Amino acid sequence: MAFGGSVERESFYEAPGRYRGILSWILSTDHKRIGLMYLAGVLTFFSIGVTLGILMRINLIDPGRFITARIYNSLFTVHGVIQIFLFIIPGIPASLGNFFLPILIGAKDVAFPRINLMSWWLYMIGGVLVVLSIFTDGKAPDTGWTFYAPYSIRTPTNVSVALIGVFILGFSSILTGLNFVTTIHRLRAPGMKWFRMPLFVWSLYATAWTQVLATPILGITLFLLVLERFFGIGFFDPVKGGDPILFEHLFWIYSHPAVYIMILPAMGVVSEIFPVFSKRTIFGYKAIAFSSLGIAFFGYLVWGHHMFTSGMSDTSRIIFSLITFLVAVPSGVKVFNWIATMYKGSVETDSPLLFCLAFIFLFSIGGLTGLINGTLSLNLYIHGTYFIVGHFHYTMFGGTGFGFFAGLHYWFPKMFGKMYNERLAKLSLLVLFIGFNILYFSMFILGLQGMPRRYFSYLPKFHTNHVISTVGSWILALGLIMMFGNLIRSMFRGEKAPDNPWGGKTLEWQIPSPPPRENFEEIPVIKHGAYKYD
Amino acid sequence: MAEKEQTGQSVKYKTYIFVWLGLLLLTVTTVAVSKFRLTGYAVPVALLIATAKAALVITFFMHLRYEPRILKLMLLIALVAFTLILLLTFSDVWYR
Amino acid sequence: MRDTGTILFLSMEKISDTAAEHHVDYVGAKMGMWVFLFTELLLFGGLFLLYSVYRLRYAADFHRSAAELDIFLGTANTVILLTSSLSMVCSLLAMKKEKTNLSLLLQIVTILSGVLFLVNKFIEWSAHIERGIYPDSPVVLAMSGGEIIFYSLYYVMTGIHGLHVLVGVGLISATVIFTFRRTIGPSNFVKLENTGLYWHFVDIIWIYLFPLFYLIT
Repeated sequence: MAFGGSVERESFYEAPGRYRGILSWILSTDHKRIGLMYLAGVLTFFSIGVTLGILMRINLIDPGRFITARIYNSLFTVHGVIQIFLFIIPGIPASLGNFFLPILIGAKDVAFPRINLMSWWLYMIGGVLVVLSIFTDGKAPDTGWTFYAPYSIRTPTNVSVALIGVFILGFSSILTGLNFVTTIHRLRAPGMKWFRMPLFVWSLYATAWTQVLATPILGITLFLLVLERFFGIGFFDPVKGGDPILFEHLFWIYSHPAVYIMILPAMGVVSEIFPVFSKRTIFGYKAIAFSSLGIAFFGYLVWGHHMFTSGMSDTSRIIFSLITFLVAVPSGVKVFNWIATMYKGSVETDSPLLFCLAFIFLFSIGGLTGLINGTLSLNLYIHGTYFIVGHFHYTMFGGTGFGFFAGLHYWFPKMFGKMYNERLAKLSLLVLFIGFNILYFSMFILGLQGMPRRYFSYLPKFHTNHVISTVGSWILALGLIMMFGNLIRSMFRGEKAPDNPWGGKTLEWQIPSPPPRENFEEIPVIKHGAYKYD
Repeated sequence: MAEKEQTGQSVKYKTYIFVWLGLLLLTVTTVAVSKFRLTGYAVPVALLIATAKAALVITFFMHLRYEPRILKLMLLIALVAFTLILLLTFSDVWYR
Repeated sequence: MRDTGTILFLSMEKISDTAAEHHVDYVGAKMGMWVFLFTELLLFGGLFLLYSVYRLRYAADFHRSAAELDIFLGTANTVILLTSSLSMVCSLLAMKKEKTNLSLLLQIVTILSGVLFLVNKFIEWSAHIERGIYPDSPVVLAMSGGEIIFYSLYYVMTGIHGLHVLVGVGLISATVIFTFRRTIGPSNFVKLENTGLYWHFVDIIWIYLFPLFYLIT
């Protein structure tokens, strides 16, 4: 009974349902078990993605020594597909969101538990297909994760298997979004008005709508690409009257909102942590809630900024650039409010808070470089260079990744009933932070110097910065090993955690660690807002 | 149980049949109109009639008229999202 | 595909292990279905987006190719689907009025209408394929860009729509079984209602496909 409660408080680990053993997990409709299964999947795929990244960086200190150009193309393609579709997009909503959403609103489970289970199965099947595409026929896809036509139509590599995998993953994402929207509307406990909900819930709500409205477009686009490859329908093939730029439009109509699917939940996690570790209520609750909706809405309208050099009309490029500037505003609101929350608070510098501070630093760099990218004139110069690669790693990894790590540490005692080693957690963060910045900051410099992205080799003048970057990747990898080593070891050997180690005010801290099967003995009645620190 | 109580509004078969007749009428109209040489107006007129038919199906067959307001708001959000996407794409395609 | 859908539908009943499952939130279930339909709206939306861009670009080619489509079959299919929507919504009304057998009959009428629609589609497609018009065929490859795109859009959009009709037929077959087994009844009919919503949506898509492919000459 690794995670057992006591006899009086049976935890959900001891309530297997109608099945025994492994079936009690993979056929469970308990949102907590599903959340943990997602966590296992997400972290496994993350490790594969990191490994591919390390291999890419090894190539880049001595191009061609260990890795051929064709393999390199496949490396960055599969690295992107795995990290984006199997780690970052599902990451927080599917694992932490699934586990905590019902608890945070005072519910016993999500609206459609069986569909929740189906989402997980689709996720695993899609994930396996994507990884399989690396091995079938030995020809992993080499188009980049963006699958641009017409190369994606012509390439003999295994694009179709990967596309079908991603299509299935999209379906999984849609069902999760659908579930969360309905859950938040229908299953809030009595007295849990919209503006009494924790901010993580608001972020999941905004994310869920984006999943529901944007993902289907990716679905149809990838499906059409498969049809192109098998039946030659010609929508994106210039030889048949098709337009490759239309592929880019359809692709980015999803993939830009997708980055907000990635970042909104991370911002939600951060919004949870700051009040607890400042012992103050969050500054500007409504502003943060509305900014989540604002980011989701505006995020829908900026996709063209990925296509400034594609041949789009000037009119559209100006419009997209303008709206891109607007979308930065709600994010700025959040950063301001988080910092203001700490002002005159009683700040506890435990690891969850430190991860959040790292998040703010890294995401801000990502966000500010985003403004540079969004400036039409500058974009013409830096599009397709390492500057972009640096930007999106700062936002996606430094932002969502570190937000995810923050959430893992914050909610670890609740999920597993154990505490991790705090000193090791802080040390891991330090190593991660140092490695991260060395690895990715050098990319901004490389980009401005003119180093193109996705290139297997390069001019001699770029060599030094590439070496620095690769060394950074090793330090980062060390940090990851330390951090996950700490967490995994503590799952089994950590000290028993109290129900509320951080003094949190939201509902998950009012129930046992780990929670019982039905979360609450009786559904609570809510009488005040989420962060009531007097 | 709960469903019975929440279906208070008594719709009749007659209502549905009238809606169906309206739909058939609109179908005949759209086929007839397509025979005239409307050139530039052909597509907008066809879409207008189609939208009228869709509105009838959504309002009555799909019961949206009697559903809680939140559902109508959600539909509006989905339609607005699609419309904006269409418009922004055309800001490129039209002006190239 | 229809069998998989039905099997999935039926087996979902079995994978349920808490008391929480047995309490049905009627409004919540409908909301879930509506949200799902929004995803379908966006899915087809992507296709309609492609259609509208290419229509703008290849107006003349689209006019010419659309003239080759059989207006009679297209109109017939429109009438069939509209009538099937009527029978579907009446089957729900009958269920609410506790006329279970009438509801059953109307559900079966809807299924038959759906099948009739698909038969018509099959006839149409066969006619085109016999004339050598299908994606990547020698006949098509000799056409101009706009015509190629028109026929690709025709096959893809009516094809995906037809797939949805097939799935709908599968779902209604499941509700027929549920009605027989009394799993669907006058006091728990949300499965029937949600299936109806899906069916009406499929009808609406055709309401737009019909003029855009058959009538814009």
